[in-house]
Amino acid sequence: MDDSRPIFLQIAEQLEDDIVEGRLPEETQVPSTNELAAFLRINPATAGKGVGLLVDQGILYKKRGIGMFVAEGARARLVAQRRDRFREQYLAPLIAEAHKLGITPAQLASMIEEAAR
Amino acid sequence: MTPVIRVAGLDKNYGTGANVVHAVADASFSLAENRIYGLLGRNGAGKTTLMQLLTGQEFATRGTIEVFGENPVENARVLEKVCFIKESQRYPDDFRVKHVLASAPWFFANWDHDFADELIERFRLPVTRRVKKLSRGQLSALGVIVGLASRAPLTFFDEPYLGLDAVARQLFYDVLLADFAEHPRTVVLSTHLIDEVSNLLEHVIVIDEGRILIDADADELRGSAVDVVGARTAVESFTAGREVLHRSALGGLATATVAGLDDTGRAAAREAGLELAPVSLQQLVVRTTTLDGSPAESTNADLTNGESA
Repeated sequence: MDDSRPIFLQIAEQLEDDIVEGRLPEETQVPSTNELAAFLRINPATAGKGVGLLVDQGILYKKRGIGMFVAEGARARLVAQRRDRFREQYLAPLIAEAHKLGITPAQLASMIEEAAR
Repeated sequence: MTPVIRVAGLDKNYGTGANVVHAVADASFSLAENRIYGLLGRNGAGKTTLMQLLTGQEFATRGTIEVFGENPVENARVLEKVCFIKESQRYPDDFRVKHVLASAPWFFANWDHDFADELIERFRLPVTRRVKKLSRGQLSALGVIVGLASRAPLTFFDEPYLGLDAVARQLFYDVLLADFAEHPRTVVLSTHLIDEVSNLLEHVIVIDEGRILIDADADELRGSAVDVVGARTAVESFTAGREVLHRSALGGLATATVAGLDDTGRAAAREAGLELAPVSLQQLVVRTTTLDGSPAESTNADLTNGESA
């Protein structure tokens, strides 16, 4: 947990990461808020708020009396969301820094090609 | 939801005339059911006095206190639901640890004997030893055990960790979280070790010189203040017109702790070539309670407006 942002957001992001990276496949049960709270040493209400955020977005759903599960299609939706944000979160600062250093877009593109090889 | 505690215009003065000390000054707040609260502040800030007032161990000079909807003073209906673990609890001279545990059910209706036994084992407390002969850490452990096993609907821990080693403190925090999850209740944790407990707290009340400076959700405070670091001129022009909790400077470099900086504000700071660093809850409390004429009143206004209780 870092100090710069609310913990419930960090919980939600951690669960999203787990879903995107396949550690929490669709239709599997996610840890209960009490399990999350004990494991991460945080207040159960805060953990509940993080889980609730994903329930509101339809990423998780509740099975009465059993617990929270990853919704069908959750991974695809999260990936689509993250692609939308990719330009703003990663590309914009990269291009700005390249511009400061006098690296042209063409040079940048070939640097990326090279680095990804 | 009816609050567990409701306090309005509470004053507590000690002494008279020119020597009067305002231990609690015009405090108003309420605590909701089944949450973990942090009561934070410096030594002598008024934390213990406030808890004594709330548990009927002191009389208020002015103002009203309702605990479970009633005045707690001499009120058995209220007090049987309340557990107050003090920094230095006194016991009769010949009391051994087992006597403390045996007498606990007289005071606490929800006392869980098996849970207490389990905790005695985990904290490695010698049950046959006289309380007088316990070390400072063992005495604290005894308090923690009584506080947890009492399962009182309203439990106060006043600096419960004195002399406890790091392992025992972590054990306390872990057991508190686990037991709170299974048996929700209202817990008030008064502590100096803010970094250690900040993730356990749902809501925070900061008191200084008897006044309540902050009354806000812990998660809302987290990230509500940011350190802005950079060239002094850049920091000064950036902070003009913003709310600054704390400033320091070294040569041409300056740091300012800025409250309530949103995403646009953060982007503007980076644009101006300034570095941003997070401020922990502990640092935030230190900066709000280190008064050198800094604007405590405006801080209060800004940090409490997000209150969701």
